[in-house]
Amino acid sequence: MVKKQYLLYMVQIHTNFRLAELESLADLFNLDIDFSKYNADSPFFFVELDNDDQARQWIKRSILTKAIYEYWGKGETMEQLHDTIKNLEGFQTRKEQFKHSSFKFEFENFQGGKKKDMATKVKQMETFKYLNFEGKIDLKNPHETFTLIEEYESVVGNKAATVPLSYTFGRFVGSSDRSSMERYDLKKRPYKGTTSFEAELSLVSANIAQVKPGSLMYDPFAGTGSFLTAGGHYGALVMGSDIDGRMIRGKGANIDIKSNFNYYNESNKFLDVMTMDFTHNALRTNLVIDTILCDPPYGIRESIKILGARDPERFIGKENLVIDGEKAFLRKDYIPTKKPYSLDSLLDDLLKYSAERLPVGGRLAFWMPTANDENVETIIPLHSNLELKYNCVQEFNKWSRRLLVYINRGDTFNGPTNGGVQRSPSNFRERYFNHFNK
Amino acid sequence: MKFLTTNFLKCSVQSCDTSNDNFPLAYDGSKCQLEQDESIEFNPEFLVNVLDRVEWPAILQVASDLGNTSLPPNKPVFEDSNALTEDDMAILRDLHVLLIKTSIVEGEMKCKNCGHTYYIKNGIPNLLLPPHLA
Repeated sequence: MVKKQYLLYMVQIHTNFRLAELESLADLFNLDIDFSKYNADSPFFFVELDNDDQARQWIKRSILTKAIYEYWGKGETMEQLHDTIKNLEGFQTRKEQFKHSSFKFEFENFQGGKKKDMATKVKQMETFKYLNFEGKIDLKNPHETFTLIEEYESVVGNKAATVPLSYTFGRFVGSSDRSSMERYDLKKRPYKGTTSFEAELSLVSANIAQVKPGSLMYDPFAGTGSFLTAGGHYGALVMGSDIDGRMIRGKGANIDIKSNFNYYNESNKFLDVMTMDFTHNALRTNLVIDTILCDPPYGIRESIKILGARDPERFIGKENLVIDGEKAFLRKDYIPTKKPYSLDSLLDDLLKYSAERLPVGGRLAFWMPTANDENVETIIPLHSNLELKYNCVQEFNKWSRRLLVYINRGDTFNGPTNGGVQRSPSNFRERYFNHFNK
Repeated sequence: MKFLTTNFLKCSVQSCDTSNDNFPLAYDGSKCQLEQDESIEFNPEFLVNVLDRVEWPAILQVASDLGNTSLPPNKPVFEDSNALTEDDMAILRDLHVLLIKTSIVEGEMKCKNCGHTYYIKNGIPNLLLPPHLA
């Protein structure tokens, strides 16, 4: 099949996650896409695809992309742009194809440039006269939208560039899912908390984790359900657990995780949330879980805890305690004691659990924090059945967090492992509260 | 807690994993308060998918714990899940009511191996354990 050139117009933020998202979506839809020309420093990716449907399918879920266009031309000046358009292979056929379609022109500026007034727009549009479009101009509901993208040099000092570096022209083919960022914005969410994860990167995480419609997704550290919400948006049946029942219960009727799903009109994607210690897991062992997506407690808001007594001697014989003729530990209001646990052990458990529960090819994705100033290499946890597919870093001032994505390859994979090893050189929580000063 | 979830939950006590009696949990019908959520949309394709990982004998057992003994003895199968017939749809609609719409709002459930009791409060199951079982 003859391939056609397309132009992917992306956002120039979270570039560490952008390629991972695009690759994961291509893989999810079984699209064979050549990424060799992809450039992390550019908002443009010129790529060959079979047809418009393929382009739309690839991009419709993307958060870090703005839109995809059929490529018509690019130049450093408008004259050059017109030359490339006129010399485009199959230009005459294309002109014919859209001759009678209703259409409109749109103008996009990448970093800089002034908002154009109508006169400038009309002047620029008139230079495209040779396209000979005879269809009517329809600003509200056009059949085709042609877009001129001007790229400016990034702001130096506080002076924005006024002359574009390049002009790119294309026919709009499909939009991304970037508008969902607004829809899932935490500001508007009925139930949220201090540990809620922002909309943009939680949706990106769900894309890189390849959450599929009709599949089963589990978040073992659900908190206020940020990742459950993202998974539900992409059509999975989601369930979550958390050792902290307060988070799971929410703040009363209509301010809980379930009501968030009602708010987004996705109540049929929500299975259940339960109060449960991940390391004392109650999901039956032969249940296949398609995706595990989570932000484990790294002990900033609260230290990491699991079930059990910190000081076992104090609890000897407590199981025989009787209150009002009932064993205390079987009473409805009984609150079990918890003990501290290390992040290394918790992540070891998470990897082992994922290797046992995910189908071959299924993905585990979770977030892990690291301090930036330590002169020690960050050691990524590994399990012999899991392939570490992505390690996407988001930098903050003195610390960073990374999204780690693994694919379950099964028992025969025999990858490297470092389970049971102490990986964190120091306690992240302590370092965080010391503002990363030694 | 949706009825479907009863098909996923075993006892949290790790030593019960070696027993066949840790799943499903036994539900005390006299103490379980059920509710039907009419707002959840029917999605047949979705249900067909979910049904794949459902263990039917456990569905029968929990349904009987809760007083419903009218379910078919074998898991419904669909000849072609891409072309569901009217009959298939009728079955799926019934399953939607049972698995997705029906939930246990208050109640308790017990491990048939170790006998530990877990509670469901405000629709949320609590699977935490006391230190001597953790």
